[in-house]
Amino acid sequence: MASSFARILSSKRKVGILSLVGAGSLTVGFFLNREQHVDAGAHVRRIYPPSAEYPDLRKHNNCMASHLTPAVYAKLSDKTTPNGYTLDLAIQTGVDNPGHPFIKTVGMVAGDEESYEVFAGIFNPVIKERHNGYDPCTMNHPTDLDASKIRGGQFDDKYVLSSRVRTGRSIRGLSLPPACTRAERREVERVVIDALAGLKGDLAGKYFSLTLMTEQEQQQLIDDHFLFDKPVSPLLTCAGMARDWPDARGIWHNNEKTFLVWVNEEDHTRVISMEKGGNMKRVFERFCKGLQEVERLIQEKGWEFMWNEHLGYILTCPSNLGTGLRAGVHVTLPHLSKDPRFPKILDNLRLQKRGTGGVDTAAVGNTFDISNLDRLGQSEVQLVQTVIDGLNYLIECEKKLERGQDIKIPAPISQFK
Amino acid sequence: LNLKMNFTAEQEYPDLSQHSNHMAKVLTLEMYANLRDKQTSSGFTVDDVIQTGVDNPGHPFIMTVGCVAGDEETYEVFKDLLDPIIEDRHGGYKPTDKHKTDLNPDNLQGGDDLDPNYVLSSRVRTGRSIRGFCLPPHCSRGERRAIEGLSVEALGVLDGDLKGKYYALKDMTEEEQQQLIDDHFLFDKPVSPLLLASGMARDWPDGRGIWHNDNKTFLVWVNEEDHLRVISMQKGGNMKEVFNRFCTGLTKIEELFKEKGHEFMWNEHLGYVLTCPSNLGTGLRGGVHVKLPNLSKHEKFGEVLKRLRLQKRGTGGVDTAAVGGVFDISNADRLGFSEVELVQMVVDGVKLLIEMEKRLEAGQSINDLMPEQK
Repeated sequence: MASSFARILSSKRKVGILSLVGAGSLTVGFFLNREQHVDAGAHVRRIYPPSAEYPDLRKHNNCMASHLTPAVYAKLSDKTTPNGYTLDLAIQTGVDNPGHPFIKTVGMVAGDEESYEVFAGIFNPVIKERHNGYDPCTMNHPTDLDASKIRGGQFDDKYVLSSRVRTGRSIRGLSLPPACTRAERREVERVVIDALAGLKGDLAGKYFSLTLMTEQEQQQLIDDHFLFDKPVSPLLTCAGMARDWPDARGIWHNNEKTFLVWVNEEDHTRVISMEKGGNMKRVFERFCKGLQEVERLIQEKGWEFMWNEHLGYILTCPSNLGTGLRAGVHVTLPHLSKDPRFPKILDNLRLQKRGTGGVDTAAVGNTFDISNLDRLGQSEVQLVQTVIDGLNYLIECEKKLERGQDIKIPAPISQFK
Repeated sequence: LNLKMNFTAEQEYPDLSQHSNHMAKVLTLEMYANLRDKQTSSGFTVDDVIQTGVDNPGHPFIMTVGCVAGDEETYEVFKDLLDPIIEDRHGGYKPTDKHKTDLNPDNLQGGDDLDPNYVLSSRVRTGRSIRGFCLPPHCSRGERRAIEGLSVEALGVLDGDLKGKYYALKDMTEEEQQQLIDDHFLFDKPVSPLLLASGMARDWPDGRGIWHNDNKTFLVWVNEEDHLRVISMQKGGNMKEVFNRFCTGLTKIEELFKEKGHEFMWNEHLGYVLTCPSNLGTGLRGGVHVKLPNLSKHEKFGEVLKRLRLQKRGTGGVDTAAVGGVFDISNADRLGFSEVELVQMVVDGVKLLIEMEKRLEAGQSINDLMPEQK
């Protein structure tokens, strides 16, 4: 310690170096080696007081900007997670991307599991706003991957073209994509593909590393609409998620092409179950089975997923906490989609519509992507049941309108069950 | 840093098999292993230095540097990596070599009479970093704002021919913005992945701005790729006047900083210290826009430029092609020659190029005019 002290004082930096935060104890954060590792995280060195570092958020419209007051910033700006992740790193994406007047982005990410705790002072209000009032301090999130509880879930193929469920999982003990080192990212890849290699039967499959795949493999993955590319959205690149691309990134899918895992894209893993047609029940069954199998396989090797009882499954973006689940279908509703009551019906059913090209696209013709609005505060089974029940209602409405009968706006269903 | 020590050097070493930049040529596993437990006083690590080079493998024909500095100390702490890169990029410049700084415009011979029938405009640019502050890839918002504050304060004192005004990027009006665009002064948020990957565009447009004198012949960019980029320019071929103003302005600005207890990053080995190793030494690019429709088609054009230690670009900037026989001709070197020496090369070289152009116009040979290698 003494030698570190001397080194700081003799450094060439003379300007403003010793305007210290707190009780005057010089931070030694940047000279820590493993033996001196402190659980709560060392204080980050500041040359300027928080008021001089506070970002200019006057033109911003994202959840982070709505809740990061100068007081909150001042309280959290000198804290770090044990891995060294800071508040400035967490909010960088929100500072760099002021947002859109109509679409409110989250504006911050987690660099590791501990971020949600160390920076709870800003994460909690952001989570509350994004997840419609869910309070991590007082509420518990239910996890339920028992697909046998699902009632119904087999839709008329005349209306439903395809069904899909997706989520993400993070490997506990390794930093998340905004902060991970190359070695950590490679370790995530190793742990995950090791587990996936243990899947059998209809889940047996193969891994395609982005750095090693052949031209033919690449073309096949593009044709299957499986290949993901280096992120171009500044929301992601400003958070550092695209560093070292394409190192340790890849795609795994089962031979039947109904179960797909992305490795080290926006999250450690993104897990997708899908098939053509309207058998959402089977899609969800495979989803649960696959997830549970993978969890068992990583546990055999001493690993586990990031999860806690307040936030559910921990992912990079706060918008994906809880279940991280989006269950949806591509469905044609030629009559209903023209009815002016359509948006209200969706709203009350707690469903969301998108174009079939993905989150930012408009619908083409009468085909929509319909999925659950919520992620946190309800279990996987509850959310998928919501989608199934909602879709049944929508298809009933469509049929009624086909027959020239009138439809009703359903009562709003409750948010947190 | 402690986090990265959880894994071995092999596990952290980047995959550079697809890469073709200076960093990838030099950074062996052994070198990485030796450097990865080091950091500068401000916490800049070797991974921070090389991130842009890892993320941008490069182009088979263009050799990018692939490294940036986060502070002045970077060039010291990571000299094992940066010295060979500097040597390769700057024509064999050795770790023991000394760089000469000469900003005395009286030492420039001639340069006031480049033929205006051929030379459309003249320009000299460089960069400066304020000692004690981290560089754009690494600085905090507080530091960047302090750099802006100090710079605006210093520039505000300039008078006479240099008197001018500062336009902060985040405060400028629509009219001001349009005027700056029309004057070709406005710089935009970097889009090049080479810059973005190093973190230079963080918090845009906070702390960034443009200062220029009322005459629009002296311009300073604040907190773009470097703390300061300084540009002197005017229409026509009076490079001497451009260089006079350049030196006078820089010297005055440096004085003003010193009065407030600050100085520019400089040492006798690397000269002026800037973010990118390619801009060390003088950081100077002095050049003209010149019409050479005949010479540019001559088979010896490239060879002539090489011997004169000059470089050609299109008038749209570093990556453009020439249009209508008009070229941007400037010095190829940055480090190992003084400012006066580099601008002298441009002045003498452009004079010769124009003479050659005139010969070719008249249908005469240029063989007797071929220069020696400088």
